[in-house]
Amino acid sequence: MTAQSLSLAALWGACILYAIAMFGYSIRLAREADVRTQAKRLVTAGGPAEDAAPAAASGSEKLPKSAVKALGIARSATTVGFVLNAIGVAARGVEAKHVPWSDMYEYTITGAMIAVGVFLIVQRKRDVTFLGAGVVGLATLALGLGLAVLYDEAKSLPPALQSIWLIIHVSIATICTGIFAVAFIVTALQLLKDYRDSGTSRTEWTRGRALRFLEAVPTPAVLEALAFRLIAVGFVLWTFTVMAGAIWAEHAWGRYWGWDPKEVWSFVIWVIYAAYLHARTTQGWAGRKSAYLALVGFAALIINFTLVNFVFQGLHTYANG
Amino acid sequence: MARVKIDNYALPEAPRLGLRGWLRWIWRQVTSMRVALILLLLLALAAIPGSVLPQAPREPAKAAQFLQNNGWWGQFLQKAGFLDVYGSAWFTAIYVLLFASLIGCIIPRCFAHYREMRAPVSAAPTKLDRYELRAQGEASGAPGDSVGLVAKALRPNPGFWGAFTGYRVRVDERKGGAVALAAEKGHIRELGNLIFHVSLVGILICVGFGAAFTYRGQAIIVEGRSFTNSVVAYDSFESGRLFSEDRLEPFTLRLDEFHSQFSLGGRPESFAADVTLTEPGRDAREATIKVNSPLKVSGASIYLQGNGYALDLTFTDAAGNVAFSGPVIFLPQDAAYTSTGVLKVPDVSTGEQVGIKATLLPTAVGEGTEFISLHPDPTNPVIVFTAYTGDLGLDDGIPQNVYKLDETHLSPVRGEDGQQAVMVLTPGQTIELPEDAGTLTWNDTVRYAALDLRADPSLPFLLAFSITALLGLALSLFGARRRVWVIATPASASGDAGAPATLIQGAVLAPPHDTVKATAELERAMAAVNRQEEDA
Repeated sequence: MTAQSLSLAALWGACILYAIAMFGYSIRLAREADVRTQAKRLVTAGGPAEDAAPAAASGSEKLPKSAVKALGIARSATTVGFVLNAIGVAARGVEAKHVPWSDMYEYTITGAMIAVGVFLIVQRKRDVTFLGAGVVGLATLALGLGLAVLYDEAKSLPPALQSIWLIIHVSIATICTGIFAVAFIVTALQLLKDYRDSGTSRTEWTRGRALRFLEAVPTPAVLEALAFRLIAVGFVLWTFTVMAGAIWAEHAWGRYWGWDPKEVWSFVIWVIYAAYLHARTTQGWAGRKSAYLALVGFAALIINFTLVNFVFQGLHTYANG
Repeated sequence: MARVKIDNYALPEAPRLGLRGWLRWIWRQVTSMRVALILLLLLALAAIPGSVLPQAPREPAKAAQFLQNNGWWGQFLQKAGFLDVYGSAWFTAIYVLLFASLIGCIIPRCFAHYREMRAPVSAAPTKLDRYELRAQGEASGAPGDSVGLVAKALRPNPGFWGAFTGYRVRVDERKGGAVALAAEKGHIRELGNLIFHVSLVGILICVGFGAAFTYRGQAIIVEGRSFTNSVVAYDSFESGRLFSEDRLEPFTLRLDEFHSQFSLGGRPESFAADVTLTEPGRDAREATIKVNSPLKVSGASIYLQGNGYALDLTFTDAAGNVAFSGPVIFLPQDAAYTSTGVLKVPDVSTGEQVGIKATLLPTAVGEGTEFISLHPDPTNPVIVFTAYTGDLGLDDGIPQNVYKLDETHLSPVRGEDGQQAVMVLTPGQTIELPEDAGTLTWNDTVRYAALDLRADPSLPFLLAFSITALLGLALSLFGARRRVWVIATPASASGDAGAPATLIQGAVLAPPHDTVKATAELERAMAAVNRQEEDA
């Protein structure tokens, strides 16, 4: 078995396992939400409130067996998928004889691995089952798109990329993308949950059956705190990415900052997340408005990865090279 | 002088702000967090057009092309600064205001933080019952000694640095012999925050300072030839306002050999320029310049920015005199190094001046005069060229682009069929031009390297500020914020042997994500009481 076929097989395997995990996490979330909704109804209907209240709080005890099983399947599929993802990334590195993040395909498969890795790390410390479906869903999408659309044969590194900074600058950028992706899902959940709980007519759509899984999601305040922790880590690493990029640019191109499209967007992302950090502590901006900023920051990150690579011409155009 | 009327006099009864009042109001607005936030968002928004539209400082040719293609719309965009976003008045205004806001915010906070660091920690609450994270213990020593041990555990270093690494501690004696300790940690967050923002100001100052003193020159050197570092020797040279030519050390750089390596598919794998550097008063030394490893020379760096082929050509005029002989630079136009070059021959002994436009194909495949290049290596090099006679326009005294032929006063050299003659030449070959215009010989093919020399004295400072900014940022976001209280009360004297002399109660306050570690720290600090006992 060559490194190339091993890499592809492992990555497709990871993609499928992530998809299975996504279903597992979704089923679990839906069941848990059902139980909580029922408990809520019992309380509001004047039923045995003493009995229902603890169930609403802990939830898991009264879950049907299928929900427990679904979570088990989801967790093992995620873990095995992550291992396969890592094997696929490593085999790609062996095949290409350089770090596996030199083009868009490699960046995508590595980024998916990091996002799932971040989720697994956070999961060890606290219960973030509600994030599972979103994170592995995003990873499925990334791996699928990477394999089907972005795939490019492994190539030797062009002289411009032959530098220790490729290892430092791009790896940290990939880690940031993974962290910001998880934070994006947390923030999106926070806003949806907030809409569902607040009750204005404009946010009526969040109270439909399709979004009933939100019943199983923690309060907006808890989600906000988690998103902030993630974005704080991501922001420090992004600052480092931009600085390392400037040092590399100084080595390779003879200027540390030249407003190349990639540099522009990296700057824009940095400024947006900086605004987010300020908004959190500003009256009138904390809560929803700062959450919007976090979403905008992630959108800019995606633009930096897609539009800037494909549409805008710049020195960072390694997308199809 | 009449009083400046800036207040709203529509309401005669309203109190007047006056000029000073208004200035203070404006300053308050500028330094408010809300305005800073809006400025940040504006900055992000304002930066975006620069990634979409061609920027004149970065790519002047594309910007000029854009202007030509877009008529009044292009003119409008240029006038509004959209073709030089990062030098435009509005972009500058945003970041200058942002930094004004930042400085206005940071200076008072620096003083406030200094005062806060010197102010005593606020005393422990009377009772600790209402805190969630509590611990209890007992000690055989007196309350004062026990609390002393806890304080030492919380702040191992009593000196100045202890305030940065550990807790700030306060101990109070209470009525009835109890001793209360209050300790807090978290000032390091604000300190990091201040360091970060001050470093940002430092970075901005460095960038401005660097822009004033920097210089940058570009030169193309053909293999075997030398270049002497002086402003006139560069093909293009830019420098900041405060740059002086005396700073250019007159070293000499010779390109000994240029190596390039391409994959079978034509992708570049390695570029390296072997050079010999002769600095005044020093022995010559050899060095290799690569894309990611510039050569450092007396405060400047020399970067390898490009490469290509130079053809050694000889042009003999109609009278048989050599009118030109030497290397002609061909600029690569694509990945297969299909390159274009121009030969201008003004010094002909008879007849009109001659200009030649040529395309080099390093690995040519094709027939007649139609070729394409398959690979950048010179496996089967061919040039396809056309010739012109007339006035090259070099005598006007206006500087010309050496890579372009000004055809306004030139007429094409035609073949027997009356069409412009397209000729093909291979290495070592000599070809006679129609119309008795002369002969062209291709003697040799050599490589050239395009080198950039750049110096920016601000770089070390910029790096230093970047590092402090990063450290400050990490401190401000990850520094733990905890408050610890420990109250030691003398146990009621029961007289039993072995009964503890002191009861110790502790509590800690920490943000939700930190509760586990904070509790562990409280317990560790309280355990210090008994550890001492074992030692004794």
